[in-house]
Amino acid sequence: MNPIEVRDLKKYYGEIKAVDGISFTVKEGEVFGLLGPNGAGKTTTIEILEGLREEDEGEAKVLGLDPWKNGYDLHKRIGVIPQQFTFFEKTTPREAIKYYAALFSVKVDPDEILHQVLLEDSAKNRFENLSGGQKQKMGLALSLVSQPELLFLDEPTTGLDPTARRAIWDVIQGLKAKGKTIVLTTHYLEEAQHLSDRVAIVNHGKIVAMGTSDEIIEQFGSGERLDIHGSPELADYIRANTELRVDYDQSSQCLSIPLVRKIDALAALAAAEQSGLDWGEVHTTNDSLEDVFIKLVRGAVDESGNVTTGDNAPQTQTQKMTKRRNK
Amino acid sequence: MSSARRTIADLRVFGKGYIRNGAALFFGIIFPVILIGLFGAIFAGSGSGQVSVYVQNKDAGLTFPAHINVGAQFADAINGTLPNGTKVSGSWPINVKALVDPSENFTKYLADHSASDGIIIPENFTASFLAGETENITVYGNPTSSTNGIVIGTVEGIATSFNLNYFQQKYNDTTPAIINIATATVNTQQTKYIDFLIPGLIGFSILVSPMFAMVNITSEYKKTKLFKQLSLTPLHKMEWLASKVIWYILLSVISFMLLVAVGIFGFGAHITLTPWLIPFLILGPMLFSSLGMLVGTISKSVESASVLGNIITFPMMFLSGTFFPLSTMPQYLQSFAHVLPLFYVVEGLNNVMVYGNISAALIDIGVTTLITVIFFVAAAKLFKWRED
Repeated sequence: MNPIEVRDLKKYYGEIKAVDGISFTVKEGEVFGLLGPNGAGKTTTIEILEGLREEDEGEAKVLGLDPWKNGYDLHKRIGVIPQQFTFFEKTTPREAIKYYAALFSVKVDPDEILHQVLLEDSAKNRFENLSGGQKQKMGLALSLVSQPELLFLDEPTTGLDPTARRAIWDVIQGLKAKGKTIVLTTHYLEEAQHLSDRVAIVNHGKIVAMGTSDEIIEQFGSGERLDIHGSPELADYIRANTELRVDYDQSSQCLSIPLVRKIDALAALAAAEQSGLDWGEVHTTNDSLEDVFIKLVRGAVDESGNVTTGDNAPQTQTQKMTKRRNK
Repeated sequence: MSSARRTIADLRVFGKGYIRNGAALFFGIIFPVILIGLFGAIFAGSGSGQVSVYVQNKDAGLTFPAHINVGAQFADAINGTLPNGTKVSGSWPINVKALVDPSENFTKYLADHSASDGIIIPENFTASFLAGETENITVYGNPTSSTNGIVIGTVEGIATSFNLNYFQQKYNDTTPAIINIATATVNTQQTKYIDFLIPGLIGFSILVSPMFAMVNITSEYKKTKLFKQLSLTPLHKMEWLASKVIWYILLSVISFMLLVAVGIFGFGAHITLTPWLIPFLILGPMLFSSLGMLVGTISKSVESASVLGNIITFPMMFLSGTFFPLSTMPQYLQSFAHVLPLFYVVEGLNNVMVYGNISAALIDIGVTTLITVIFFVAAAKLFKWRED
């Protein structure tokens, strides 16, 4: 049995369809990322799974339990960091861990947990004096107290600076290495790509794409292209002498040829050579997850997770093949 | 068992946080003590002057051979006026609060006026005095009160002066005393402002600490989703609420002890400490924790919770007899006070500590219990860990 099974989940707030028929499965030991802009329905989905909200329709099973009806039992087996984790201002991480240990009736070594989340140095600082990253680490620490099989991390790095974000990633990767199953929501593409085994892109309450990054790019990307730096005449020549489609971008003076088959690259280069015209740098490109994401949610997402309109969205960026393959 | 453990764990974390929060500690514990010092000092100053006594002059005086009423002269002397009409110079320790009609039952009159100090001048005082026959002036008072001694001493002085005067005039002799001083014990304790102030300020601290804190915590935790987070632990909301109530009961007891100590040792307050106080020290914090939680729960934002909290708290703070006895207020305010929950706590504390009127306090305990149950049930029902 999979730790999480969600089938056709729906949650409406009046006219607003916060979650509109979401289905997915999370396998044991997997890091599953729910990626999407603000208001896409990520948090509502994850809160239904945590038993904090009741679904209107559909079915969710978490560790075999109905999260809403069996919330109390479920909570002993899952760890959660809610969005923008907060705690009692005057309480230190060490005290908080002891408090949670008493609530869960478990014996824990606070130092070991603090070490796991890289928070030993601030063990005795009050919550109000912790930095944003340290606060999130404390949230992670508390979610680990009950030694859960399954962790829900709702936007664990939102609002953190890049260094703090990296530190949280290290912690999450450490947990993954220990075999924990993790569900993660984020509006940072890089985060989803970096941490998740599989990603579901959520928009307007629906999953618009799901799979590994490569699978999503494969399915929704515009495919591999050959870019050649050259003149419009070169573009005309290749069009005339091959079966290939050639797009030309005036501003960058670049020909772009979709590669239906790898061998098409050879035909294009042969034609360029035959033309006797000047041509410069050559490389192949492919869509990144970000390109696909922008296409699917019809806009980019800014730092705080809001969709910027399609017009203002940054142009589709190319990425060198070699870079992606190295991942 | 584990429920108790969770409650205690929550109590420890909350208590630590409370103690580390200087402002909360100041308003909960220190502020009422400052208030008692302040009010006590202000009113102790004005009250330290003369002792007021009620005088019942039963002496009708004589009309023949001349109009004379030695009893009235004696009463004037109590006020510091000599029979020849001159005022005693310097400070005079006592004054006549009122002349009581001879037909009144004097002890009952004193009790009705919450007074202990009184003097009765007997019938035929003039006749006996002029005939040189012994008569008793009776001084009523509560022997435990310092004012009693002042009154007795002063009246003795006046009597001696009258005796001397008479014999000097008549016999130029000092032998027998015609006016003797008899004393009578009155159990009514003359209540002073400080006596009202102690139960009032205990009520104040029972109201203010839990009320403001719970309004703030409940609305704030709702906003920051801290409740949601706690709902992800095995802690029940009733355990959470119980730990808050226990904490504020502890605070009230500490505040109670401080105020009583300062009142008694600092200002010589006369208050009674009995187990009948316990219901108020338990019910009060429970009542206002629940009310605070209710306000925080039904409010949409932290700001509106704070406004609603203030609207409820401030009238209660001033109009429930906390700083001034209700009897000094206009009738319509006295009637209004009866809808304020704190009124029953303060009235009850007064009945127990000041008047020793337990049967009246029982009614206050009953009303307070009822209000507490209503607010507690409403708060526990409306307050939600999770959303739906």
